[in-house]
Amino acid sequence: MAYNLKEEMNKEERFHSGHRLCAGCAAGIVCRAMMRAVNPEDKAVICNATGCLEVSSFQYPYTAWEDSYIHTAFENASATASGVEAAYNALKRRGKIAEDRNIKILAIGGDGGTYDIGFQSLSGALERGHDFTYFCYDNNAYMNTGTQRSSATPRFASATTTPSGIESVGKKQEQKDLTQIVVAHGSPYVAQTTLFGNMKDFHEKAHRAIYKKGATFVNVLTPCPRGWGYPAENLLDICKAAIDTCVWPLYEVVEGEYRLTYEPKKKLPVEEFMKLQSRFNHCFKPGNEWTIEAAQEYVDRKWDELLAKCN
Amino acid sequence: MSIRDRLSGNEAIATAMRQINPDVFAMFPITPSTEIPQYFAQYVADGRVDTEFICVESEHSSLSACLGAEAAGARAVTATSSAGLSFMTEVLFVAASLRLPVVLAVANRALTGPININHDYSDSMAERDSGFIQLYAENNQEVYDNYLMAHRIAEHPSVRLPLMVCEDGFITSHAIENIEIEEDEAVKKFVGTYEPENYLLKEENPLAVGPYGVSAYYMEARVAQAEAMKNARQVIRDVSEDFHKTFGRKYDLIEEYRMDDAEIAMVIMGSSAGTAKATVDELRKEGIKAGIIKVRVFRPFPDIEIAKALSGCKAVAVMDKSEGFSACGGPLFAETAGAIINMDDRPKLIDIVFGLGGRDFTVKAARSVFDRLDKIAKGGETGPAYVHMGQRMK
Repeated sequence: MAYNLKEEMNKEERFHSGHRLCAGCAAGIVCRAMMRAVNPEDKAVICNATGCLEVSSFQYPYTAWEDSYIHTAFENASATASGVEAAYNALKRRGKIAEDRNIKILAIGGDGGTYDIGFQSLSGALERGHDFTYFCYDNNAYMNTGTQRSSATPRFASATTTPSGIESVGKKQEQKDLTQIVVAHGSPYVAQTTLFGNMKDFHEKAHRAIYKKGATFVNVLTPCPRGWGYPAENLLDICKAAIDTCVWPLYEVVEGEYRLTYEPKKKLPVEEFMKLQSRFNHCFKPGNEWTIEAAQEYVDRKWDELLAKCN
Repeated sequence: MSIRDRLSGNEAIATAMRQINPDVFAMFPITPSTEIPQYFAQYVADGRVDTEFICVESEHSSLSACLGAEAAGARAVTATSSAGLSFMTEVLFVAASLRLPVVLAVANRALTGPININHDYSDSMAERDSGFIQLYAENNQEVYDNYLMAHRIAEHPSVRLPLMVCEDGFITSHAIENIEIEEDEAVKKFVGTYEPENYLLKEENPLAVGPYGVSAYYMEARVAQAEAMKNARQVIRDVSEDFHKTFGRKYDLIEEYRMDDAEIAMVIMGSSAGTAKATVDELRKEGIKAGIIKVRVFRPFPDIEIAKALSGCKAVAVMDKSEGFSACGGPLFAETAGAIINMDDRPKLIDIVFGLGGRDFTVKAARSVFDRLDKIAKGGETGPAYVHMGQRMK
């Protein structure tokens, strides 16, 4: 069935408005789209790592989530999901859940809870192959605590623990390529996506991931207005710039087979992405031109490597 | 009919688990609790249980998986020791606050450092504020029996708290004793099935677990949790009473041994109580009125019971098998002192920290403690209230 945004938007909401996420934050859009990718007849259990999303979407006594939801701690969303999946298997085997019922198990965490503190738990769950899908809403830093650098923060981004200054041009290290690390686990479905256009790319990847048996992973670039420094209304422009500069390539890996899902008509220079955000302001100051060149070299190398894998 | 069998503490726990056949077991190995999941893995391999057995990558994840499973509507168990329990610490507190009745077997072992694999209570004592119920055992029979009672206590609607079944590392976990094992069907009937009202996988009614609780709500949740721990006292008594009726072995929050007319006494836990009892038997033959209080339940702490049992005593030694580094006594001492503080005529109380990292505790050592208590009771001795025993002298 062809993707149709209008029909998708007619589905009942499973992540409601009234949550406390910031204006211009992509995380709420990610959650709505993630839940639209679960078939309406199926239930879901969402396992959420501590972070902005958790404190904004489930502040007692209110929840934005229509489906069952559990938050336990920062670093253990994957382990918690492993336990939910184990329970699901056990209860089905023992006849406490009908054989024909389908309950999808989803985990979601930010880059801090996924690339960093939750990495061991994620790796363990991927290796064990629990039937669940992990969504990382990657906003490139620890946003809930105030934009401290994470291993997902790109090189040269100014974060509160890697600020730019007279002696500093922001973070020194490149972003950890978590998507590739997940591919190396042998996960049956791995994808990178973000928000753009009519959300077809996101929806199709999320749906494939959720309905592919095994431990699957979707890494979503999820801009943060406070941490990245952009006006709320620029959210989608930034996502588009990320994919058109190839800073965040869109691709999927199905059973080890790479497929590029978006190729920009014209690959834009990386500064077209950087100039939209105040976290890179210092890169545009006289004397720091080399930072943009270095950022471009890195993006070009990663893009070429990806193209080689996709061909 | 009970079955007489020769089992280590670890195999006794694994046997109880096999009889209960929990929905989920999430394991991670650590000495000396490792045998528990090993025995259980064989039960899975041989089709004797149909538990979902998952081998996770850390203790933090084993307990996290148990939380997910328990919240999802399953009965979930795990086991650990020492550093493994420490690594679970964050999740222990979450388990208790989410009111998820996970049952955790702990083979008590010293904490690093220096690294040491032998017995003391530094691991579980460090978790005494976690909100877990804690049951301790003197021997393999008690470990088995505590495990049979554990789920019923933890899952009781007025409690709903996670629970540690503690055994002394190596001394109990690995030593083999003759014990009474109950028949599988009798155990299943006694323990019953887990039927939570609300759970994540209940399709007709979704559940949200683990909210952000701001100041306007946090305290109510903590007070409710404190009330549940208070309720646990009576539930432990009730389940122990039903256990006595069903299987014939009697348990309470504490065990009093020759305390009726005791003038001097020890408050002690676990396998050391056996040594202490043997010492008391010797002393009684010599006409010395000595007795023992064995603390079976450390959380909730049996303050009223201990105060009552100690009324009439003149001098009491609290035997702490962990060092709390308060510079004024171990955790059992602090709790016992708190328990007797409002007694009108309370005994003199001293704290003996002993047996750390597997240092042996002998009848001779126990006797030296009673000798000192005798001097205190007679009014002469006023030495330090907090001392260590059994360490090498300079």
